[in-house]
Amino acid sequence: MQTVPERRPSSNADISEEPATTEATPAGGDQLMVVPKSRVGTRDNLLADRVFQGLVVLCAVTILSIVGLIVFELLHASQPSLSKFGFRFLTRQIWDPVAEDFGALPFIYGTIVSSLVALCIAVPLSVGTALFLTELCPRWLRDTLSLLVELLSAIPSVIYGLWGIFVLSPFLRVYVEPFLARYFGWTGLFTGPKYGWGMLAAGVILAIMILPIIASITREVITAVPRVQREAALALGATKWEMLRMAVLRNARPGIFGAVILGLGRALGETMAVTMVIGNRAEIVKSLFAPGHTLASVIANEFSEAVGATYLSALVEMALVLFVVTLIVNALAGLLVWSITRGMPARALA
Amino acid sequence: MRMRFLMALALVAAMAGVSSAETALNGAGATFPNPIYQKWFSEYHNAHSDVKINYQSIGSGGGIQQLTAGTVDFGASDGPMTDEQLAKVSGKVFHIPTVLGAVVPTYNITGVTSELKFSGEVLADIYLGNIQKWNDPRLGKSNPGVKFPDEEIVVVHRTDGSGTTYIFTDFLSKVSPAWKDKVGKGTSVNWPAGLGGKGNEGVSGMVKQTAGSIGYVELIYAVSNKMSYGSVQNPAGNFVKGSLESVTAAAASVKDMPDDFRVSITNAPGKEAYPISSFTWLLVPAEWSDAGKQKAFVDFLNWMVEKGQTMTSALEYAPLPKNVAQKVKARIKDVKVKAKQTAQK
Repeated sequence: MQTVPERRPSSNADISEEPATTEATPAGGDQLMVVPKSRVGTRDNLLADRVFQGLVVLCAVTILSIVGLIVFELLHASQPSLSKFGFRFLTRQIWDPVAEDFGALPFIYGTIVSSLVALCIAVPLSVGTALFLTELCPRWLRDTLSLLVELLSAIPSVIYGLWGIFVLSPFLRVYVEPFLARYFGWTGLFTGPKYGWGMLAAGVILAIMILPIIASITREVITAVPRVQREAALALGATKWEMLRMAVLRNARPGIFGAVILGLGRALGETMAVTMVIGNRAEIVKSLFAPGHTLASVIANEFSEAVGATYLSALVEMALVLFVVTLIVNALAGLLVWSITRGMPARALA
Repeated sequence: MRMRFLMALALVAAMAGVSSAETALNGAGATFPNPIYQKWFSEYHNAHSDVKINYQSIGSGGGIQQLTAGTVDFGASDGPMTDEQLAKVSGKVFHIPTVLGAVVPTYNITGVTSELKFSGEVLADIYLGNIQKWNDPRLGKSNPGVKFPDEEIVVVHRTDGSGTTYIFTDFLSKVSPAWKDKVGKGTSVNWPAGLGGKGNEGVSGMVKQTAGSIGYVELIYAVSNKMSYGSVQNPAGNFVKGSLESVTAAAASVKDMPDDFRVSITNAPGKEAYPISSFTWLLVPAEWSDAGKQKAFVDFLNWMVEKGQTMTSALEYAPLPKNVAQKVKARIKDVKVKAKQTAQK
């Protein structure tokens, strides 16, 4: 007890804290204290505190500076293309490496549309999977099923691509596309020749790839909804579906949106599997049967063989565009989540 | 105890130092000849344990860039460097042909099992989207007796930048003025029609899966996967099937081989020549600042033109014809150590 003040002569600065610690001990707090008080607030620990703070700040700064360096390098290396094409780069529909004439619009379109198709398929599927796993699945099946869902995310994307070429595309061409063309052809989204390759195939592959992310996060979020909420709903006479809808899904909504955004991020940047099935044609066509192209796949496909300053810098500018598109889409998604979930807890109770 | 361990460690390090006195050379470039290059470099290392050549197959474009930046000792490319590219490299660069490659058309047509014959113009018009159905009379003309179905042609091309595309579009540019005008040649081009597949495996996969499709793949890929492919008409008027012999014949038939070997041998004049063939080159600086490296690499090049050429067929690469090999040998003599004055510059 007497040794404490001697050990920390420099701690006069924290006058406000000192009496609190010294006075708390005689009040019989000895048994409650897990950390021996002689080890709290020593000079060593104060130093360690600062070092720790420094390290954490360094970590944060590192990430920021990496992002900064990426932006700088992208801007720097895409200079020839930026100055040659300017903003027209974003609005033109041409990709001609021979004539060194480039525009990014079909690629931006392809990236966004293939990701949207993926979300349309993956979100209902993965939320349904998560609901089943947490709420309805018999216990003996639950672990096996969750393992299988998570296994999907461990498959390398080139394997998805090959599977897409040899299994998915023929399946789409023979069974799915004729069906869609017949019953939903009037939408204009499902017309034209049925290759099996194209935007639809890319969307389906992406959906399968982002399903595990969305499903497993959604599962965690749903599990985190307090039991009492469910019990309260059931006590009020709700059916199982009403309980899920009112007590579980409504509470879990922000988390589910977060999961969807993570999935979207993966879909936007996915390269290999997409390029193997999308048909790689730089054109904007309304029909999802038609081939398309994405920002990530054109970079991956052409960078290693690209020669010529304009060509290379145009590819780097594509990376810059992908960077910005990802930022914008994520910001929009964040805004959407915010606008939907604002004032959530109050409404959830209603 | 600890001291002894440290001493042992120092000894090991010293020994490693001794063994690393071998001459190490680094190269990078084309992916197409990578299997034979790896084989050559490892065989050469087995025979000459003091020389180690590392090769990274990062693509022709990457190889040219690295050579220009001076980060590698030599480069490799499937397409010859342009004058503009050569001007950017400090010092002269020799193109040393090593082996030959070829591109063959492969197809999948309902009910057609026989081997098809394509003239250059027909191939160009198919890839331009001008010929859209398999029962087009122009296809029937060069393939009498083949019953073509009334089926849409699905055109498949490589979507990744590649030497294969370069050779193919180079050929089409030579046989079709319309192609030269509208599309041109390059490792990637603005394709007027069709779907893109990734790599040889992507193109062949798409062709296999799609009725009515046509694609092009490397000869080596087609042969080693036992794919069927068509023959192509050469300028002499013969329909020739791609094979190691017909590709070597194409290189041998080039009349005036330029001294820098930067020559396209597509549409070569020989009677037996397969028209969609090409050299692949090592890009070797003419002057080396390191005498040890220069000697090691010149020795390797001489070995490559003689002993190395006997190993190509096993990996399905066409060897250089004799007249070209002789010429290459003469050229290797010009790879020299940099003179002192230029080194100070």
